[in-house]
Amino acid sequence: MLKIDNLHVSVDGKPILKGIDLQVDEGETHILLGPNGGGKTTLLMSILGMPRYEVTQGRIIFKDRDITHMALDERARLGIGMMFQKPPAVRGVKLAQIADIAAHARGNNVAVAAVAEKLNLEEHMDRDLNYGFSGGELKRSELLQLICQNPELVLLDEPESGVDMDNISLIGNMINELLHKDKIKGRKVSGIIVTHTGYILEYVNADKGHILMDGRIVCSGGARDIFDEVRLHGFGRCEQCQ
Amino acid sequence: MSIELKYEDELKERAIKALDKKATYGEDIDLSVFEEPDESEAVDELSKLPREIQEAAIASGMDTSEANRSGSFMQLDHTVIYRNIQKAYGDKLEIMDINDAMAKYPEIREKYWWRAVKVDQDKYTAFSELHDVHGYFIRVFAGQKVDKPIQSCLMLQENARVQNVHNVIIVEEGADAQVITGCSLAPKVENGLHLGISEFFVEKNAKLTFTMIHNWAPEFHVRPRSAAVVGDNGVFINNYVLLKPVRSIQSFPSARLVGKNSVAAFNSLLYGLENSNIDVGSRIILEGEGSSGQAISRAIVNDSSKIYARGALESKQDDSRAHLDCRGILMSPHGMMYAVPELLSEAPGSYLSHEAAIGPIAEEEVQYLMSRGLTKDEAVSLITRGFMDVKILGLPKMLEDYISEMIEATQKESM
Repeated sequence: MLKIDNLHVSVDGKPILKGIDLQVDEGETHILLGPNGGGKTTLLMSILGMPRYEVTQGRIIFKDRDITHMALDERARLGIGMMFQKPPAVRGVKLAQIADIAAHARGNNVAVAAVAEKLNLEEHMDRDLNYGFSGGELKRSELLQLICQNPELVLLDEPESGVDMDNISLIGNMINELLHKDKIKGRKVSGIIVTHTGYILEYVNADKGHILMDGRIVCSGGARDIFDEVRLHGFGRCEQCQ
Repeated sequence: MSIELKYEDELKERAIKALDKKATYGEDIDLSVFEEPDESEAVDELSKLPREIQEAAIASGMDTSEANRSGSFMQLDHTVIYRNIQKAYGDKLEIMDINDAMAKYPEIREKYWWRAVKVDQDKYTAFSELHDVHGYFIRVFAGQKVDKPIQSCLMLQENARVQNVHNVIIVEEGADAQVITGCSLAPKVENGLHLGISEFFVEKNAKLTFTMIHNWAPEFHVRPRSAAVVGDNGVFINNYVLLKPVRSIQSFPSARLVGKNSVAAFNSLLYGLENSNIDVGSRIILEGEGSSGQAISRAIVNDSSKIYARGALESKQDDSRAHLDCRGILMSPHGMMYAVPELLSEAPGSYLSHEAAIGPIAEEEVQYLMSRGLTKDEAVSLITRGFMDVKILGLPKMLEDYISEMIEATQKESM
């Protein structure tokens, strides 16, 4: 599904990623852990193709296509979707509008109203996109759009940040839906989850975990093992590992 | 000498003195280069007009079938070529050529003519008074609710002409009406001048929603002069939509809220294209106890256009309030926008406020929408369409959809 070879990325001329190698197979979910500023969000943004993130070396292969220099919108249409940690508000554009566009793009035919109901967003559909939304509402808005978009590779940047305990199980359940976790066999959707607290792992099963520090993946393994290691020892032992 | 004649003489005298008086804003126009238009032939049905004239009328909001209108008025060049009131509305309103109305009701001159707009405001008002003028007189009778809009169209079909129009609308006590006025040009017209005086009188407990759609040409000049006087509990909503290039337009309509709890709302959607020089404002004067107002302006500057978005709130009454909201998107490095909010209060208990913002379309927002699969053009179009929010006009759905379509067409052409 996704293969990243020796990826180097700079932001505003400053090198952030310094040689990332990563493979995410079809149906797999990976988590990325690491201290702030280590490059987790940069990696997701680079896979998504945000213009500010300049690939200076290496390749990104998605569904056997080299997308390293492919435009952001083309990648989205190819099947990459992102749940942003801090999505912008877009005045004048209604949540319903963008959800409807996504729900009928790429051959999709998603019932937007049903998704909105599941996410308790019916009353937000006619509001300006993300404008004045609370932390939990922003996450639900992102999930709504992503479910409508129906991507094959889901990038989730800190899905639990800013979410109260009442909302986190709902968000976890909807992420499972997004990642087709109900399918044991034949699961097609892959995911990469950046998580700081790991709370989301209480609700979402991940297959593999990686620790990203100073622009490099310094440790990989089973998702739960990696998370337990970080929970018990922080990132100190990872530094020693390097 | 009768009172009417005395007033008429006074108007003439004041107009003559103001003939060289330049307008406070906007480029000065040499009125001598324009000729007065020829007479045109009247029609008994709008559908009998030449196709290109019908299309130009439709482009400025006219429903030539009249199916969804309560009444219609059309002036081509210097001639009122059509007026009609649908049967169901015959006892609710009247629509006439302003000259016929003043002949029939002599009191109109004394009571309404140049009573909202000053005849000596500038050379354009003076010119209007001193030259042959037409225009519409619309009166909505007391207590009548007119559920379908009244439409009017003012059109020029020859180059280098000046169209001189003076309109009076009276919405009597307790009445409620919507008027949609389209100002347009036949396809071959490239240059000329439109002078439009409009005086609105919204009486006690009455409501008028007035929507003006302008559809001009790149070398055409426009100088409207409009003002409203609003009585107790009266509501005046003034919508202005400009989505086509124009050489220059300068307009600063005002509403005097003289009545207790009277309300005014000015809403403008401006699309600056090519070399358009657009200077459009709105002024709300709070005189009545509990009066309130709001002026909302949305402007997009494209190409080499210049937009001056003015707004003025003046308070002379405690317990009154008004707000200005002016936002612009500068889409071209060759364009310019100048937002000029003015607040003037002489009443310690009055609250006036404003917010103004000019900026580009945020790249972050465009990229966010692109991450959902929209192309850059689609993302920009969605944002600008949302910015030019037709809902601020508070129009019936049909008109709202119509203006949305116009905005979409303008965006496609400008991309």
